[in-house]
Amino acid sequence: MRRRDVMIGLGGLATHNATAATLPWLSPDLPDGTRAEAHLVQTPGKQPLIQLSDRPPNLESPIQAFRAAITPNDQFYVRYHLAGVPDMKALDSWKLTVDGDAAERTITYTQQDLNDLPQTEVIAVCQCSGNRRGLCEPHVPGVQWGFGAMGCASWHGPRLRDVLTRAGIKGEAVEIWVNGADHPVINATPAFHKCLPLSKALADETIVATSMNGSPLPLWNGFPARLVVPGWTSTYWMKHLTNITVSSKPLDNFWMKKAYRVPAGMFPVGKPFPTQDDTATWPITDIMVNSVIATPIAGEEVERSGFTVRGVAWDRGHGILRVEISLDGGGSWQDALLDRDLSPFAFRAFRLDTGPLPRGTAELRVRATSNNRESQPDAWKVNPAGYHNNVPQRLTVKVV
Amino acid sequence: MLMRIARLSLIACCMTVPAMAQRVPLAAGPGKDVVEGGCSTCHSLSYIPMNSRFMSPETWKAEVTKMRAAFGAPIDDDAANQIITYLVAHYGAPAK
Repeated sequence: MRRRDVMIGLGGLATHNATAATLPWLSPDLPDGTRAEAHLVQTPGKQPLIQLSDRPPNLESPIQAFRAAITPNDQFYVRYHLAGVPDMKALDSWKLTVDGDAAERTITYTQQDLNDLPQTEVIAVCQCSGNRRGLCEPHVPGVQWGFGAMGCASWHGPRLRDVLTRAGIKGEAVEIWVNGADHPVINATPAFHKCLPLSKALADETIVATSMNGSPLPLWNGFPARLVVPGWTSTYWMKHLTNITVSSKPLDNFWMKKAYRVPAGMFPVGKPFPTQDDTATWPITDIMVNSVIATPIAGEEVERSGFTVRGVAWDRGHGILRVEISLDGGGSWQDALLDRDLSPFAFRAFRLDTGPLPRGTAELRVRATSNNRESQPDAWKVNPAGYHNNVPQRLTVKVV
Repeated sequence: MLMRIARLSLIACCMTVPAMAQRVPLAAGPGKDVVEGGCSTCHSLSYIPMNSRFMSPETWKAEVTKMRAAFGAPIDDDAANQIITYLVAHYGAPAK
C-alpha cells in the first residue's frame, strides 16, 4: 500500500472532502473512477458500507466482513436497480398476494399469516450476479462492485412451496413470477419483476424469509419478506415481496429477456430454466465456486513470525471440498483448515496459520474447489454483463 | 508509522460520514447541464464517474441508447447526442 493512498483516504473521510479519496483496501484492479467515487457511508441500521451510488442505494460490505461464515445484518450489502425504494411507512400495510392464470385461487397473506405456516431455516449465500464486476478485465459497464456484493445469513420463514400450495397450482403452470414493493421512478421504466422455473420454486431450500440471522429483515435487505433462492444469484431473491403469480406462460420482460443473461452453456447449471433459454443466451442462475481472503487485507503489515489468513469459500450448493492458499504468488499452495460446514449453500470459513516468512513483500492467493470438483478458473470467462468473476483473488502484504 | 497507518485504516472503517453526499462533482464542460438534467431523473450521477474511464465512444453510446430504449428515459435525439459527446470527452477511455 502506498502511504499516500492511506493518508488521502483518511483525509477524505475525516473532512468529508469531496476530492478524490481512496479507501486503502479497495482493489487496485477497480476502475480509477470507481476508486475515486466509492466511499464509506453509514445508513440507518447499518455499519459504514462502501457506497457506489446513493439513488438507488448500492452499498457493498468491506472485505473485513468476510472473516466469519455469517455476515451480520448491519454489514450486509444493499442492492437496488430502481430508485423507488419503499420506506417503513409505505410497508405498514404490506401484504403478499398469490394469484395467476395457473393458480386455483387468489390468496392474500399478512406477516402473521406467513408466520402461521410451517417454518424452516436455511443458511445461504446471497450474492449479486455482478459481484466483482469492477475487477473484470476488460472492464464492462454496470455497478462496479468489488468483493463485497454478497453475504451469508441464516434465513427463516415458510417454504415458497407451502405459500404456493394454499393458492393451488394448476397442471399448466410453468413459472412462478415475483414482484416487490420497490418501483421505477418513471412509468416508462420496466418494473423489476423476475421469475423462477417451477423446479426451483418448489425446491426444499427456496423460502419466503421473514427473518435474517434471528432478526426482522433490515429495510434495505427486503423487509418484511424476501424470496430466498439458495444456490442462485440474488437477482431472484425478490425484496419486499408483494406479488407471486402462478403462470402458464413465460415472463417476457426486460429483466428476464435482456438483462441477467449469460452465453448459453458457458457456466454449469443445476436446475434448467427451459422457458427462458434461447439459442444464444441463458438466464444467469447458479453461483460459481469462489473464495475470498478477508484478513489480512491488501497492503497490511504482517509479522515475519507468522500470521493467520482467514476468509470464506462458497459455491452453488454442492459445498466446499478444499481451499488452497499460496503465500508466494502461486508458486506453491497449501491447504487451509476448514471450519464446520453450516449448509451446502453457506459460506465455509477457512484459516491458515502461515508459519515464519521472510521479510519483504508476499503475494497471497486463494482458490476453492467444490464437492462437485468445480474449481476457480485462472482467467475470467468473459461475458458482456460482467457476471461470474471467480478468478482467484490476489493480494499483496508486507512482511515486517 | 506504517503499522499505525494500517490500524488507522481499520478505525476508518468504523467512522461515520453523512449519507447522500455526492462524492465527485461532474467535470465542467459543454453538455454537463444536459447530463445532470437527463440522467439524474432516475439515478444519482455517481454512476458516471464510477464507470470511468474505460468505455469506448461506442460503449457510451450504447449505454445512453439503453437508458432511452430499455428504461424509457425522456431524452430526445439532440439531448442524447450532447450527453454522449460529454461522456466520451470526460469519462471515456483515454485515447491511445
